[in-house]
Amino acid sequence: MSVVAEPNTMRLPEERTTGAMPGYHIAIFALLLGLALIAPFFLYPVFLMKVMCFALFACALNLLLGFGGLLSFGHAAFFGGAAYVSAHAAKVWGLTPEVAIILGTLSGALLGLVIGSFAIRRQGIYFAMVTLAFAQMVYFAALQMPFTGGEDGIQNVPRGDLFGVISLNSDMSLYFMVLAIVFGGLLAIYRIIHSPFGQVLKAIRENEPRAISLGYRVNNYKLTVFVLSAALAGLAGATKAIVFQLASLTDVHWSMSGEAVLMTLIGGMGTVFGPLVGAAIIVTMQNYLASLGAWVTIIQGFIFVIAVLLFREGVVGLIAKRLRRPL
Amino acid sequence: MAEAALATERPATAASAAPLLTVRGLEAWYGESHVLHGIDLDVRSGEVVTLLGRNGAGKTTTLKSIMGMLPKRKGSVVFEGKELMHLPARHIAKAGIAICPEERGVFASLSVQENLMLPPKVRDGGLSVPQIFELFPNLKERLSSQGTKLSGGEQQMLAIGRILRTGANLLLLDEPTEGLAPVIVQQIGHTIARLKKEGFTIVLVEQNFHFASSVADRHYIVEQGRTVDMIENSELDANMDKLHAYLGV
Repeated sequence: MSVVAEPNTMRLPEERTTGAMPGYHIAIFALLLGLALIAPFFLYPVFLMKVMCFALFACALNLLLGFGGLLSFGHAAFFGGAAYVSAHAAKVWGLTPEVAIILGTLSGALLGLVIGSFAIRRQGIYFAMVTLAFAQMVYFAALQMPFTGGEDGIQNVPRGDLFGVISLNSDMSLYFMVLAIVFGGLLAIYRIIHSPFGQVLKAIRENEPRAISLGYRVNNYKLTVFVLSAALAGLAGATKAIVFQLASLTDVHWSMSGEAVLMTLIGGMGTVFGPLVGAAIIVTMQNYLASLGAWVTIIQGFIFVIAVLLFREGVVGLIAKRLRRPL
Repeated sequence: MAEAALATERPATAASAAPLLTVRGLEAWYGESHVLHGIDLDVRSGEVVTLLGRNGAGKTTTLKSIMGMLPKRKGSVVFEGKELMHLPARHIAKAGIAICPEERGVFASLSVQENLMLPPKVRDGGLSVPQIFELFPNLKERLSSQGTKLSGGEQQMLAIGRILRTGANLLLLDEPTEGLAPVIVQQIGHTIARLKKEGFTIVLVEQNFHFASSVADRHYIVEQGRTVDMIENSELDANMDKLHAYLGV
């Protein structure tokens, strides 16, 4: 392994040999993509799109929690806020779905910037509480503001035509758009985690005073990852609004934040692929056990307890430990 | 690689008269408890200075408060003519001071290479990566190992190695020999001598008095949060009794 000889020109660990995606990660991504491409021919596409949107949402939270060490309990604000914005943009302003989704994502980032700049001043449980408090404010704003439709939410959002050309009314064409968005989001998260920026994040998560004493402005790093995470949560929420043609109070409710945390923990916090698995497990349970009504929540709680007792690293975390490889 | 290859553009190679770091009346607190009561230090460019003292005397705290890592401190810390007292820790790092903490602070989830390349460059004149490998050949062998999978000695080498790249010229080393095998201690001793030759200025906290006397120019004695004495290394033999009185139990 050769190392660059001239450190004088570099500020950050840019030139690394460990930064390239390891072969087995490429294989997993390829496998996931392959499965996702054939899955809609066997399973209900709308269900799969729901899984994908929640997977992206959980991955966004995991970026903050697993790699930044910051537990946000208010990610529903970004997810649901973006859902409202994109639903409004598509329905009232009549924008094309991709523009509506981009606007939703930007709204998530903007909200993340505001909430994040307050929240990162605190650590641990206080950080979680500050994010929760802000998310509750967003919830009540969503309940009261005229454009959100209050208890009704924004319904019958048109799926529209992608780029004004391709009609998304067919589930299949919508499915492939969602797949492209979610897969792109995942690759972006992967890139962030494995960038020099991601390394500084891990350093801050492990030993914040040490990172400061090496000369890093840690608050800027924390805020940046918060905004990135909020934007990606927004991307997930905005896409979800187009898929279900609906933005409602459920999307901004605190239990939505809790669900994202649950998915991340079940799948494996701090792993790349864990939140995908977690989201798939939770959404599948919600869908296929829906006939049991309120029992779903109880079963979810039970599974969560088992996960904490038996495999605290989450499903993927456990596999990674067995294989002795980061997944 | 030959010895000459390590030579950089670092200007001063011998201890010069101008103080690089001047500490006056430094006081510090951990919460309510007042730990440092008045530390005075003069460190000249190119020197190796140790802080000696019993456990709990305030040696580590002195390094931490120079670095601005404590919530409350008072007094004056002047580095290269610039008062650092009101700067946040990251600006102190940028001014050219680097600390190697006692617990080493190697980031567990990063590889050796990532740990090495993580600290930002604060100015020109740091060692290049090949130069660091020349000092610590073990690191080169273990580049892709995870930070925590290293032996204690290797972790210490990594902790020292990574601050040499940044261009900082004042190194604060907190007990670099603690808990290490004698052969590694020896290697660290050689490294410190080598770094001194390179023109680095070093403040060393040490429990191991024999080690300290083999590398240092001067020794400050710290007792109950105060610097109570300063002994030149050359006058050490003459002051042995005094030193035993300070450090003995």
